[in-house]
Amino acid sequence: MSDHIQLELTLIKGNFDSAGEASAKVKRVLQQLGVDAAVIRRIAIGCYEAEMNVIIHSDGGKLLAAVYPNRTEITVSDDGPGIADIDLAMQEGYSTAPDYVRELGFGAGMGLPNMVKCADEFKITSAVGSGTCLYMVFKH
Amino acid sequence: MEEYFHSVRLDTDKCKGCVNCIKRCPTEAIRIRRGKALILESRCIDCGECIRHCPSHAKNAVTDSIADLEKYKYNIALPAPALYAQFSADISIDKILEGLLGLGFNEVYEVARAAEAVSDYINRYFTQNDISKKPVISSACPAVVRLIQVKYPELIDHLLPIDPPVEVAARHIRRITAIRHAIDPQDIGVWFITPCPAKVTTIRQPIGIEKSNLSGAIGISKIFGNLLKKMSCSAGTNNLKRSTFRGQGWAIAGGESSAAGINKAIVVDDIQAVSEVLEQVTLGKLKDIDYIECLACAGGCVGGPLTVENRFVAEQNMKKRLLKAGVSKNINVQNKEDDCITEKDFQDKRKAISARPIMMLDEDILRAMEKLELMEKTIKKLPGLDCGSCGSPNCKALAEDIVQGSASETDCVFRLRQRVKELAEEMVALAQKLPPSLRK
Repeated sequence: MSDHIQLELTLIKGNFDSAGEASAKVKRVLQQLGVDAAVIRRIAIGCYEAEMNVIIHSDGGKLLAAVYPNRTEITVSDDGPGIADIDLAMQEGYSTAPDYVRELGFGAGMGLPNMVKCADEFKITSAVGSGTCLYMVFKH
Repeated sequence: MEEYFHSVRLDTDKCKGCVNCIKRCPTEAIRIRRGKALILESRCIDCGECIRHCPSHAKNAVTDSIADLEKYKYNIALPAPALYAQFSADISIDKILEGLLGLGFNEVYEVARAAEAVSDYINRYFTQNDISKKPVISSACPAVVRLIQVKYPELIDHLLPIDPPVEVAARHIRRITAIRHAIDPQDIGVWFITPCPAKVTTIRQPIGIEKSNLSGAIGISKIFGNLLKKMSCSAGTNNLKRSTFRGQGWAIAGGESSAAGINKAIVVDDIQAVSEVLEQVTLGKLKDIDYIECLACAGGCVGGPLTVENRFVAEQNMKKRLLKAGVSKNINVQNKEDDCITEKDFQDKRKAISARPIMMLDEDILRAMEKLELMEKTIKKLPGLDCGSCGSPNCKALAEDIVQGSASETDCVFRLRQRVKELAEEMVALAQKLPPSLRK
Protein backbone atom coordinates (compact mmCIF):
# COMPACT_ATOMS: atom_id res chain seq x y z
CA MET A 1 0.00 0.00 0.00
CA SER A 2 1.51 3.33 -1.02
CA ASP A 3 1.90 6.13 1.47
CA HIS A 4 0.68 8.85 -0.84
CA ILE A 5 -1.94 9.58 -3.51
CA GLN A 6 -0.90 10.67 -7.02
CA LEU A 7 -3.09 12.67 -9.37
CA GLU A 8 -2.22 13.56 -12.92
CA LEU A 9 -4.44 16.04 -14.74
CA THR A 10 -4.18 17.31 -18.29
CA LEU A 11 -4.57 21.04 -18.89
CA ILE A 12 -5.77 22.15 -22.31
CA LYS A 13 -4.74 25.39 -23.96
CA GLY A 14 -7.51 28.01 -24.14
CA ASN A 15 -10.12 25.75 -22.57
CA PHE A 16 -12.12 28.24 -20.48
CA ASP A 17 -15.13 25.92 -20.24
CA SER A 18 -13.35 23.55 -17.90
CA ALA A 19 -11.17 26.21 -16.29
CA GLY A 20 -10.77 25.34 -12.63
CA GLU A 21 -11.80 21.69 -12.93
CA ALA A 22 -8.32 20.34 -12.33
CA SER A 23 -7.99 22.36 -9.09
CA ALA A 24 -11.49 21.26 -8.11
CA LYS A 25 -10.47 17.60 -8.52
CA VAL A 26 -7.39 18.09 -6.35
CA LYS A 27 -9.54 19.85 -3.77
CA ARG A 28 -12.07 17.03 -3.69
CA VAL A 29 -9.34 14.46 -3.04
CA LEU A 30 -7.95 16.61 -0.22
CA GLN A 31 -11.42 16.84 1.34
CA GLN A 32 -11.87 13.08 1.08
CA LEU A 33 -8.54 12.62 2.85
CA GLY A 34 -9.61 14.96 5.64
CA VAL A 35 -6.90 17.59 5.15
CA ASP A 36 -7.55 20.76 7.19
CA ALA A 37 -9.89 23.23 5.46
CA ALA A 38 -7.50 26.19 5.73
CA VAL A 39 -4.70 24.18 4.10
CA ILE A 40 -7.06 23.01 1.36
CA ARG A 41 -7.91 26.63 0.66
CA ARG A 42 -4.26 27.55 0.08
CA ILE A 43 -3.69 24.53 -2.13
CA ALA A 44 -6.85 25.22 -4.13
CA ILE A 45 -5.76 28.81 -4.79
CA GLY A 46 -2.23 27.75 -5.74
CA CYS A 47 -3.51 25.06 -8.12
CA TYR A 48 -6.11 27.34 -9.63
CA GLU A 49 -3.65 30.13 -10.40
CA ALA A 50 -1.20 27.66 -11.93
CA GLU A 51 -3.97 26.00 -13.94
CA MET A 52 -5.18 29.34 -15.32
CA ASN A 53 -1.66 30.34 -16.31
CA VAL A 54 -1.27 27.15 -18.34
CA ILE A 55 -4.68 27.60 -20.00
CA ILE A 56 -4.13 31.27 -20.80
CA HIS A 57 -0.45 31.45 -21.75
CA SER A 58 0.74 28.04 -22.93
CA ASP A 59 0.05 25.34 -25.49
CA GLY A 60 -1.16 22.95 -22.82
CA GLY A 61 0.38 21.16 -19.87
CA LYS A 62 0.02 18.87 -16.86
CA LEU A 63 -0.78 19.24 -13.19
CA LEU A 64 0.71 16.59 -10.93
CA ALA A 65 -0.42 16.41 -7.33
CA ALA A 66 1.25 14.14 -4.77
CA VAL A 67 -0.57 14.08 -1.44
CA TYR A 68 1.41 12.77 1.55
CA PRO A 69 0.12 12.60 5.11
CA ASN A 70 2.03 15.74 6.12
CA ARG A 71 2.29 17.72 2.87
CA THR A 72 1.06 18.12 -0.69
CA GLU A 73 3.45 18.63 -3.60
CA ILE A 74 2.12 20.26 -6.74
CA THR A 75 4.08 20.27 -10.01
CA VAL A 76 2.70 22.13 -13.00
CA SER A 77 4.55 21.92 -16.29
CA ASP A 78 3.64 23.23 -19.73
CA ASP A 79 4.69 23.44 -23.37
CA GLY A 80 4.52 27.11 -23.88
CA PRO A 81 6.64 30.05 -24.93
CA GLY A 82 8.44 30.17 -21.57
CA ILE A 83 9.08 33.28 -19.47
CA ALA A 84 11.83 35.64 -20.55
CA ASP A 85 12.15 37.68 -17.34
CA ILE A 86 11.01 35.68 -14.32
CA ASP A 87 11.51 38.53 -11.81
CA LEU A 88 9.28 40.77 -13.89
CA ALA A 89 6.64 38.06 -14.15
CA MET A 90 6.65 37.70 -10.35
CA GLN A 91 5.73 41.38 -9.87
CA GLU A 92 2.18 42.04 -8.67
CA GLY A 93 0.04 43.44 -11.46
CA TYR A 94 2.39 42.55 -14.32
CA SER A 95 0.50 40.55 -16.95
CA THR A 96 1.10 39.38 -20.49
CA ALA A 97 -2.49 38.20 -20.96
CA PRO A 98 -4.09 39.16 -24.30
CA ASP A 99 -7.13 41.45 -24.37
CA TYR A 100 -9.74 38.75 -24.90
CA VAL A 101 -8.54 37.07 -21.73
CA ARG A 102 -8.78 40.29 -19.74
CA GLU A 103 -12.30 40.75 -21.05
CA LEU A 104 -13.20 37.37 -19.53
CA GLY A 105 -12.08 38.70 -16.16
CA PHE A 106 -8.67 37.01 -16.01
CA GLY A 107 -5.14 38.34 -16.46
CA ALA A 108 -4.90 40.61 -13.42
CA GLY A 109 -1.22 39.80 -13.02
CA MET A 110 -1.58 38.33 -9.52
CA GLY A 111 -1.23 34.61 -10.30
CA LEU A 112 2.45 34.05 -9.51
CA PRO A 113 2.53 36.41 -6.49
CA ASN A 114 -0.58 34.63 -5.09
CA MET A 115 1.08 31.24 -5.50
CA VAL A 116 4.14 32.39 -3.58
CA LYS A 117 1.87 33.71 -0.81
CA CYS A 118 -0.07 30.45 -0.53
CA ALA A 119 2.72 27.88 -0.81
CA ASP A 120 5.29 27.00 1.84
CA GLU A 121 7.89 26.32 -0.87
CA PHE A 122 7.88 27.67 -4.41
CA LYS A 123 10.26 27.01 -7.31
CA ILE A 124 9.90 28.15 -10.89
CA THR A 125 12.05 27.18 -13.86
CA SER A 126 11.46 28.56 -17.32
CA ALA A 127 13.28 29.38 -20.50
CA VAL A 128 12.09 31.00 -23.70
CA GLY A 129 11.19 28.26 -26.18
CA SER A 130 11.14 25.38 -23.68
CA GLY A 131 8.07 26.00 -21.50
CA THR A 132 7.64 26.54 -17.76
CA CYS A 133 7.67 24.32 -14.71
CA LEU A 134 6.35 25.23 -11.25
CA TYR A 135 6.92 23.27 -8.07
CA MET A 136 4.98 24.08 -4.88
CA VAL A 137 4.92 22.40 -1.49
CA PHE A 138 2.10 22.93 1.02
CA LYS A 139 2.62 21.67 4.57
CA HIS A 140 -0.52 20.26 6.20
CA MET B 1 -22.42 10.02 17.59
CA GLU B 2 -24.16 13.14 18.88
CA GLU B 3 -27.95 13.21 18.80
CA TYR B 4 -29.21 15.38 16.00
CA PHE B 5 -32.79 16.44 15.56
CA HIS B 6 -34.16 16.62 12.02
CA SER B 7 -37.61 17.99 11.24
CA VAL B 8 -37.77 16.25 7.87
CA ARG B 9 -39.14 12.75 8.37
CA LEU B 10 -40.23 9.73 6.39
CA ASP B 11 -43.57 7.98 6.69
CA THR B 12 -42.35 4.45 5.89
CA ASP B 13 -45.85 3.17 5.16
CA LYS B 14 -46.19 5.51 2.19
CA CYS B 15 -42.64 5.07 0.89
CA LYS B 16 -42.34 2.98 -2.29
CA GLY B 17 -38.56 2.94 -2.38
CA CYS B 18 -38.37 4.82 -5.69
CA VAL B 19 -35.37 6.92 -6.67
CA ASN B 20 -36.98 10.36 -6.79
CA CYS B 21 -35.81 11.72 -3.46
CA ILE B 22 -32.35 10.16 -3.53
CA LYS B 23 -31.59 11.81 -6.88
CA ARG B 24 -32.81 15.22 -5.72
CA CYS B 25 -31.06 15.52 -2.39
CA PRO B 26 -28.37 18.24 -2.58
CA THR B 27 -26.12 16.53 -0.05
CA GLU B 28 -26.75 12.93 -1.22
CA ALA B 29 -28.18 12.20 2.20
CA ILE B 30 -30.73 9.55 1.27
CA ARG B 31 -30.32 5.84 0.51
CA ILE B 32 -32.81 3.09 -0.23
CA ARG B 33 -32.42 0.22 2.20
CA ARG B 34 -34.83 -2.71 2.56
CA GLY B 35 -37.15 -1.09 0.06
CA LYS B 36 -37.55 2.19 1.98
CA ALA B 37 -35.81 5.55 1.97
CA LEU B 38 -33.32 6.16 4.77
CA ILE B 39 -32.09 9.65 5.63
CA LEU B 40 -28.44 9.82 6.71
CA GLU B 41 -28.62 12.19 9.67
CA SER B 42 -25.09 13.54 9.35
CA ARG B 43 -25.75 14.74 5.79
CA CYS B 44 -29.35 15.99 5.98
CA ILE B 45 -29.72 19.77 5.94
CA ASP B 46 -33.55 19.84 6.27
CA CYS B 47 -33.95 21.74 3.01
CA GLY B 48 -37.20 19.94 2.19
CA GLU B 49 -36.30 19.02 -1.42
CA CYS B 50 -37.37 15.44 -0.71
CA ILE B 51 -40.71 16.66 0.66
CA ARG B 52 -41.26 18.55 -2.57
CA HIS B 53 -40.39 15.68 -4.89
CA CYS B 54 -41.85 12.63 -3.24
CA PRO B 55 -44.66 11.38 -5.51
CA SER B 56 -46.10 9.27 -2.69
CA HIS B 57 -46.16 12.17 -0.16
CA ALA B 58 -44.13 10.01 2.16
CA LYS B 59 -41.86 12.86 3.26
CA ASN B 60 -43.11 15.47 5.69
CA ALA B 61 -41.88 17.90 8.31
CA VAL B 62 -42.47 17.66 12.03
CA THR B 63 -43.47 20.96 13.58
CA ASP B 64 -44.99 22.07 16.86
CA SER B 65 -48.73 22.69 17.12
CA ILE B 66 -51.23 25.02 18.78
CA ALA B 67 -51.69 22.42 21.50
CA ASP B 68 -48.14 23.21 22.71
CA LEU B 69 -49.23 26.73 23.72
CA GLU B 70 -50.66 25.40 26.96
CA LYS B 71 -47.12 24.80 28.25
CA TYR B 72 -46.66 28.55 28.69
CA LYS B 73 -48.37 31.36 30.59
CA TYR B 74 -48.12 33.93 27.81
CA ASN B 75 -47.87 33.11 24.13
CA ILE B 76 -46.61 35.31 21.31
CA ALA B 77 -46.97 34.50 17.61
CA LEU B 78 -44.15 35.58 15.29
CA PRO B 79 -45.55 35.35 11.76
CA ALA B 80 -43.05 34.94 8.94
CA PRO B 81 -43.56 37.49 6.15
CA ALA B 82 -44.38 34.53 3.91
CA LEU B 83 -47.66 34.13 5.84
CA TYR B 84 -48.98 37.41 4.43
CA ALA B 85 -48.29 36.19 0.90
CA GLN B 86 -50.65 33.26 1.37
CA PHE B 87 -53.55 35.73 1.15
CA SER B 88 -54.63 38.05 -1.62
CA ALA B 89 -53.64 41.69 -1.18
CA ASP B 90 -57.29 42.58 -0.57
CA ILE B 91 -57.04 40.99 2.85
CA SER B 92 -55.34 43.37 5.25
CA ILE B 93 -52.42 42.26 7.35
CA ASP B 94 -54.35 43.45 10.40
CA LYS B 95 -56.98 40.83 9.65
CA ILE B 96 -54.34 38.09 9.42
CA LEU B 97 -52.74 39.17 12.70
CA GLU B 98 -56.12 39.28 14.44
CA GLY B 99 -56.81 35.81 13.14
CA LEU B 100 -53.62 34.62 14.85
CA LEU B 101 -54.79 36.09 18.14
CA GLY B 102 -58.01 34.16 17.64
CA LEU B 103 -56.02 30.91 17.55
CA GLY B 104 -54.98 31.42 21.15
CA PHE B 105 -51.95 33.70 21.08
CA ASN B 106 -51.84 36.57 23.59
CA GLU B 107 -49.82 38.78 21.30
CA VAL B 108 -48.42 39.01 17.79
CA TYR B 109 -44.98 40.35 16.82
CA GLU B 110 -44.19 40.61 13.13
CA VAL B 111 -40.88 39.08 12.05
CA ALA B 112 -40.96 41.62 9.22
CA ARG B 113 -40.09 44.33 11.75
CA ALA B 114 -36.94 42.48 12.75
CA ALA B 115 -36.19 41.99 9.06
CA GLU B 116 -36.17 45.78 8.67
CA ALA B 117 -33.69 46.13 11.53
CA VAL B 118 -31.49 43.36 10.07
CA SER B 119 -31.61 45.10 6.67
CA ASP B 120 -30.20 48.21 8.32
CA TYR B 121 -27.50 46.13 9.98
CA ILE B 122 -26.48 44.56 6.68
CA ASN B 123 -26.21 47.98 5.08
CA ARG B 124 -24.08 49.28 7.98
CA TYR B 125 -21.91 46.13 7.90
CA PHE B 126 -20.70 47.03 4.43
CA THR B 127 -20.21 50.73 4.98
CA GLN B 128 -18.51 50.44 8.36
CA ASN B 129 -16.26 47.45 7.75
CA ASP B 130 -13.46 46.64 5.39
CA ILE B 131 -14.49 43.13 4.48
CA SER B 132 -11.71 40.74 3.52
CA LYS B 133 -13.77 37.68 2.75
CA LYS B 134 -16.00 38.51 -0.19
CA PRO B 135 -18.65 37.72 -1.23
CA VAL B 136 -20.53 37.90 2.07
CA ILE B 137 -23.23 35.24 2.29
CA SER B 138 -26.61 35.76 3.92
CA SER B 139 -27.22 33.83 7.13
CA ALA B 140 -31.03 34.03 7.06
CA CYS B 141 -31.72 30.65 5.45
CA PRO B 142 -30.75 27.83 7.84
CA ALA B 143 -30.75 25.19 5.09
CA VAL B 144 -28.09 27.20 3.25
CA VAL B 145 -26.02 27.65 6.42
CA ARG B 146 -26.21 23.92 6.98
CA LEU B 147 -25.29 23.25 3.36
CA ILE B 148 -22.18 25.35 3.91
CA GLN B 149 -21.30 23.50 7.15
CA VAL B 150 -21.63 20.16 5.40
CA LYS B 151 -20.41 20.74 1.84
CA TYR B 152 -18.49 24.04 1.79
CA PRO B 153 -17.05 24.53 5.30
CA GLU B 154 -14.33 26.82 3.93
CA LEU B 155 -17.08 29.40 3.35
CA ILE B 156 -18.21 29.55 6.99
CA ASP B 157 -16.28 32.79 7.52
CA HIS B 158 -18.08 34.37 4.56
CA LEU B 159 -21.38 34.18 6.44
CA LEU B 160 -22.91 37.40 7.72
CA PRO B 161 -22.24 37.40 11.48
CA ILE B 162 -25.79 38.08 12.56
CA ASP B 163 -28.79 35.99 13.54
CA PRO B 164 -31.69 35.64 11.11
CA PRO B 165 -34.60 38.07 11.63
CA VAL B 166 -36.76 35.55 13.50
CA GLU B 167 -34.12 35.05 16.22
CA VAL B 168 -33.63 38.82 16.57
CA ALA B 169 -37.42 39.22 16.83
CA ALA B 170 -37.70 36.43 19.39
CA ARG B 171 -34.89 37.79 21.55
CA HIS B 172 -36.42 41.25 21.47
CA ILE B 173 -40.02 40.31 22.20
CA ARG B 174 -39.13 37.89 24.96
CA ARG B 175 -36.99 40.53 26.67
CA ILE B 176 -39.53 43.36 26.56
CA THR B 177 -42.55 41.16 27.31
CA ALA B 178 -40.87 39.87 30.45
CA ILE B 179 -40.40 43.48 31.58
CA ARG B 180 -43.74 44.81 30.39
CA HIS B 181 -45.86 42.03 31.87
CA ALA B 182 -43.58 41.11 34.77
CA ILE B 183 -43.40 37.46 33.71
CA ASP B 184 -40.43 35.12 33.97
CA PRO B 185 -38.95 34.85 30.45
CA GLN B 186 -39.13 31.03 30.80
CA ASP B 187 -42.92 31.22 31.02
CA ILE B 188 -43.25 33.03 27.71
CA GLY B 189 -44.00 30.93 24.64
CA VAL B 190 -42.46 32.49 21.53
CA TRP B 191 -43.75 30.73 18.39
CA PHE B 192 -42.58 31.13 14.83
CA ILE B 193 -45.36 30.71 12.24
CA THR B 194 -43.20 29.33 9.48
CA PRO B 195 -43.06 28.02 5.90
CA CYS B 196 -39.79 26.23 6.62
CA PRO B 197 -38.76 22.85 8.12
CA ALA B 198 -35.14 24.00 8.39
CA LYS B 199 -36.24 26.72 10.82
CA VAL B 200 -37.96 24.07 12.95
CA THR B 201 -34.68 22.15 13.14
CA THR B 202 -32.74 25.32 14.03
CA ILE B 203 -34.73 25.73 17.21
CA ARG B 204 -33.58 22.33 18.50
CA GLN B 205 -30.14 22.53 16.87
CA PRO B 206 -29.20 26.22 16.94
CA ILE B 207 -26.47 27.53 14.66
CA GLY B 208 -24.38 30.48 15.77
CA ILE B 209 -25.97 30.78 19.22
CA GLU B 210 -26.08 28.58 22.30
CA LYS B 211 -29.84 28.40 22.60
CA SER B 212 -32.65 29.57 20.34
CA ASN B 213 -34.86 32.38 21.62
CA LEU B 214 -37.87 30.64 20.13
CA SER B 215 -39.95 28.09 22.03
CA GLY B 216 -41.01 26.35 18.85
CA ALA B 217 -42.21 26.66 15.28
CA ILE B 218 -45.64 25.93 13.85
CA GLY B 219 -45.95 25.22 10.13
CA ILE B 220 -48.21 27.56 8.15
CA SER B 221 -49.93 24.62 6.46
CA LYS B 222 -50.73 23.07 9.83
CA ILE B 223 -52.81 26.02 11.09
CA PHE B 224 -54.06 27.44 7.81
CA GLY B 225 -57.54 25.98 7.99
CA ASN B 226 -58.17 27.19 11.53
CA LEU B 227 -56.61 30.56 10.80
CA LEU B 228 -59.03 31.11 7.92
CA LYS B 229 -61.96 30.36 10.23
CA LYS B 230 -60.76 32.87 12.84
CA MET B 231 -60.08 35.48 10.17
CA SER B 232 -63.62 35.28 8.89
CA CYS B 233 -64.81 36.62 12.24
CA SER B 234 -62.14 39.27 12.67
CA ALA B 235 -62.82 42.81 11.54
CA GLY B 236 -59.20 43.81 11.11
CA THR B 237 -59.72 47.08 12.94
CA ASN B 238 -57.27 46.63 15.78
CA ASN B 239 -54.40 48.25 13.89
CA LEU B 240 -51.89 45.56 14.79
CA LYS B 241 -49.66 45.91 11.75
CA ARG B 242 -46.38 47.74 12.36
CA SER B 243 -44.19 46.42 9.57
CA THR B 244 -43.51 47.99 6.18
CA PHE B 245 -42.94 46.42 2.81
CA ARG B 246 -39.21 46.62 3.40
CA GLY B 247 -39.42 43.84 5.95
CA GLN B 248 -42.35 41.99 4.39
CA GLY B 249 -40.46 41.74 1.10
CA TRP B 250 -38.01 39.29 2.69
CA ALA B 251 -40.63 36.62 1.89
CA ILE B 252 -39.71 36.66 -1.79
CA ALA B 253 -36.31 36.06 -3.38
CA GLY B 254 -34.57 39.41 -3.75
CA GLY B 255 -36.45 41.06 -0.90
CA GLU B 256 -33.49 40.89 1.47
CA SER B 257 -30.92 42.46 -0.86
CA SER B 258 -33.19 45.25 -1.99
CA ALA B 259 -34.20 46.04 1.60
CA ALA B 260 -30.53 46.16 2.64
CA GLY B 261 -29.66 48.29 -0.37
CA ILE B 262 -26.48 46.49 -1.36
CA ASN B 263 -25.11 47.48 -4.76
CA LYS B 264 -23.23 44.44 -5.91
CA ALA B 265 -25.56 41.74 -4.70
CA ILE B 266 -26.83 38.61 -6.43
CA VAL B 267 -29.89 36.59 -5.53
CA VAL B 268 -29.73 32.80 -5.83
CA ASP B 269 -32.74 30.66 -5.10
CA ASP B 270 -33.27 26.90 -5.24
CA ILE B 271 -30.85 24.68 -3.34
CA GLN B 272 -29.25 23.17 -6.48
CA ALA B 273 -28.47 26.62 -7.88
CA VAL B 274 -27.18 27.72 -4.46
CA SER B 275 -24.88 24.68 -4.38
CA GLU B 276 -23.48 25.50 -7.82
CA VAL B 277 -22.92 29.16 -6.98
CA LEU B 278 -21.22 28.31 -3.67
CA GLU B 279 -18.97 25.90 -5.60
CA GLN B 280 -17.95 28.85 -7.78
CA VAL B 281 -17.19 30.92 -4.69
CA THR B 282 -14.91 28.19 -3.32
CA LEU B 283 -12.99 28.27 -6.60
CA GLY B 284 -12.30 31.93 -5.94
CA LYS B 285 -14.74 33.30 -8.50
CA LEU B 286 -17.40 35.97 -7.76
CA LYS B 287 -14.90 38.01 -5.71
CA ASP B 288 -16.32 41.23 -7.17
CA ILE B 289 -19.74 40.47 -5.72
CA ASP B 290 -20.34 42.00 -2.29
CA TYR B 291 -23.34 40.00 -1.14
CA ILE B 292 -25.09 36.78 -2.07
CA GLU B 293 -28.68 36.35 -0.92
CA CYS B 294 -29.01 32.56 -0.88
CA LEU B 295 -32.36 30.83 -0.49
CA ALA B 296 -32.88 27.09 -0.45
CA CYS B 297 -36.42 27.36 -1.82
CA ALA B 298 -37.17 28.43 -5.38
CA GLY B 299 -38.93 31.79 -5.20
CA GLY B 300 -37.67 32.40 -1.66
CA CYS B 301 -39.58 31.66 1.54
CA VAL B 302 -42.93 31.77 -0.27
CA GLY B 303 -41.74 28.57 -1.94
CA GLY B 304 -41.22 26.81 1.40
CA PRO B 305 -42.55 23.24 1.83
CA LEU B 306 -44.95 24.30 4.59
CA THR B 307 -46.79 26.97 2.59
CA VAL B 308 -50.26 26.59 1.20
CA GLU B 309 -50.45 29.01 -1.73
CA ASN B 310 -48.70 28.38 -5.03
CA ARG B 311 -45.42 30.30 -4.89
CA PHE B 312 -46.03 32.32 -8.06
CA VAL B 313 -49.43 33.45 -6.78
CA ALA B 314 -47.85 34.22 -3.41
CA GLU B 315 -45.20 36.36 -5.10
CA GLN B 316 -47.97 38.22 -6.98
CA ASN B 317 -49.79 38.79 -3.70
CA MET B 318 -46.66 40.33 -2.14
CA LYS B 319 -46.06 42.57 -5.15
CA LYS B 320 -49.66 43.78 -5.11
CA ARG B 321 -49.26 44.67 -1.43
CA LEU B 322 -46.26 46.82 -2.35
CA LEU B 323 -48.27 48.67 -4.96
CA LYS B 324 -51.07 49.25 -2.48
CA ALA B 325 -48.71 50.44 0.25
CA GLY B 326 -47.00 52.88 -2.10
CA VAL B 327 -43.57 54.38 -1.61
CA SER B 328 -44.69 57.09 0.81
CA LYS B 329 -45.52 54.84 3.73
CA ASN B 330 -41.93 54.02 4.49
CA ILE B 331 -41.94 55.26 8.04
CA ASN B 332 -41.50 52.68 10.75
CA VAL B 333 -44.50 53.16 12.99
CA GLN B 334 -43.05 52.97 16.49
CA ASN B 335 -45.46 53.68 19.30
CA LYS B 336 -43.38 53.12 22.39
CA GLU B 337 -39.66 53.61 23.01
CA ASP B 338 -39.15 50.08 24.27
CA ASP B 339 -40.73 48.70 21.12
CA CYS B 340 -37.66 49.47 19.04
CA ILE B 341 -35.19 46.77 18.24
CA THR B 342 -31.81 47.79 19.62
CA GLU B 343 -28.21 46.57 19.48
CA LYS B 344 -29.00 44.38 22.52
CA ASP B 345 -31.27 42.24 20.38
CA PHE B 346 -28.75 41.55 17.65
CA GLN B 347 -25.90 39.51 18.95
CA ASP B 348 -25.97 37.66 22.17
CA LYS B 349 -22.95 35.45 22.94
CA ARG B 350 -22.47 34.13 19.43
CA LYS B 351 -21.21 30.57 19.07
CA ALA B 352 -18.77 29.70 16.30
CA ILE B 353 -20.42 27.82 13.46
CA SER B 354 -18.78 24.41 13.25
CA ALA B 355 -17.80 22.59 10.11
CA ARG B 356 -19.57 19.26 9.63
CA PRO B 357 -17.80 18.00 6.54
CA ILE B 358 -19.19 14.84 5.01
CA MET B 359 -16.50 14.27 2.42
CA MET B 360 -13.81 12.85 4.70
CA LEU B 361 -13.39 9.10 4.17
CA ASP B 362 -11.56 8.38 7.39
CA GLU B 363 -10.13 10.24 10.38
CA ASP B 364 -6.74 8.61 9.74
CA ILE B 365 -5.22 10.00 6.55
CA LEU B 366 -3.44 6.75 5.61
CA ARG B 367 -6.69 4.76 5.96
CA ALA B 368 -8.42 7.51 3.94
CA MET B 369 -5.80 7.07 1.19
CA GLU B 370 -6.42 3.31 1.08
CA LYS B 371 -10.16 3.89 0.86
CA LEU B 372 -9.71 6.49 -1.87
CA GLU B 373 -7.64 4.09 -3.99
CA LEU B 374 -10.21 1.35 -3.47
CA MET B 375 -12.97 3.79 -4.44
CA GLU B 376 -11.17 4.63 -7.69
CA LYS B 377 -10.81 0.92 -8.53
CA THR B 378 -14.47 0.25 -7.70
CA ILE B 379 -15.76 3.18 -9.77
CA LYS B 380 -14.04 1.73 -12.85
CA LYS B 381 -16.04 -1.49 -12.46
CA LEU B 382 -19.38 0.33 -12.22
CA PRO B 383 -21.30 1.33 -15.37
CA GLY B 384 -21.37 5.10 -14.61
CA LEU B 385 -25.09 5.41 -15.40
CA ASP B 386 -26.09 7.02 -12.07
CA CYS B 387 -29.46 5.28 -12.26
CA GLY B 388 -30.06 5.04 -8.51
CA SER B 389 -31.38 1.45 -8.65
CA CYS B 390 -28.78 0.30 -6.11
CA GLY B 391 -30.21 2.74 -3.58
CA SER B 392 -27.33 5.21 -3.79
CA PRO B 393 -27.81 8.44 -5.77
CA ASN B 394 -24.99 7.83 -8.29
CA CYS B 395 -22.13 5.46 -9.07
CA LYS B 396 -19.52 7.49 -7.15
CA ALA B 397 -21.75 7.41 -4.07
CA LEU B 398 -22.18 3.62 -4.42
CA ALA B 399 -18.41 3.22 -4.68
CA GLU B 400 -18.02 5.20 -1.47
CA ASP B 401 -20.77 3.20 0.25
CA ILE B 402 -19.07 -0.06 -0.81
CA VAL B 403 -15.71 1.10 0.53
CA GLN B 404 -17.31 2.21 3.82
CA GLY B 405 -19.03 -1.15 4.14
CA SER B 406 -22.67 -0.14 3.79
CA ALA B 407 -23.24 -1.57 0.31
CA SER B 408 -21.80 -4.21 -2.02
CA GLU B 409 -20.92 -4.43 -5.71
CA THR B 410 -23.79 -6.77 -6.47
CA ASP B 411 -26.26 -4.05 -5.38
CA CYS B 412 -25.58 -2.70 -8.85
CA VAL B 413 -28.08 -4.30 -11.20
CA PHE B 414 -25.78 -3.90 -14.20
CA ARG B 415 -22.81 -5.37 -12.39
CA LEU B 416 -24.97 -8.25 -11.24
CA ARG B 417 -26.16 -8.98 -14.78
CA GLN B 418 -22.59 -8.77 -16.02
CA ARG B 419 -21.52 -11.31 -13.40
CA VAL B 420 -24.46 -13.58 -14.22
CA LYS B 421 -23.45 -13.42 -17.91
CA GLU B 422 -19.82 -14.23 -17.05
CA LEU B 423 -20.88 -17.15 -14.85
CA ALA B 424 -23.34 -18.42 -17.49
CA GLU B 425 -20.60 -18.32 -20.13
CA GLU B 426 -18.32 -20.27 -17.80
CA MET B 427 -21.03 -22.85 -17.27
CA VAL B 428 -21.65 -23.23 -21.01
CA ALA B 429 -17.92 -23.64 -21.55
CA LEU B 430 -17.79 -26.26 -18.81
CA ALA B 431 -20.86 -27.99 -20.20
CA GLN B 432 -19.03 -28.45 -23.53
CA LYS B 433 -16.22 -30.32 -21.77
CA LEU B 434 -17.56 -33.89 -21.50
CA PRO B 435 -15.45 -36.72 -20.09
CA PRO B 436 -14.11 -39.26 -22.61
CA SER B 437 -16.80 -41.87 -21.88
CA LEU B 438 -19.61 -39.43 -22.76
CA ARG B 439 -17.99 -37.90 -25.85
CA LYS B 440 -19.67 -39.03 -29.07
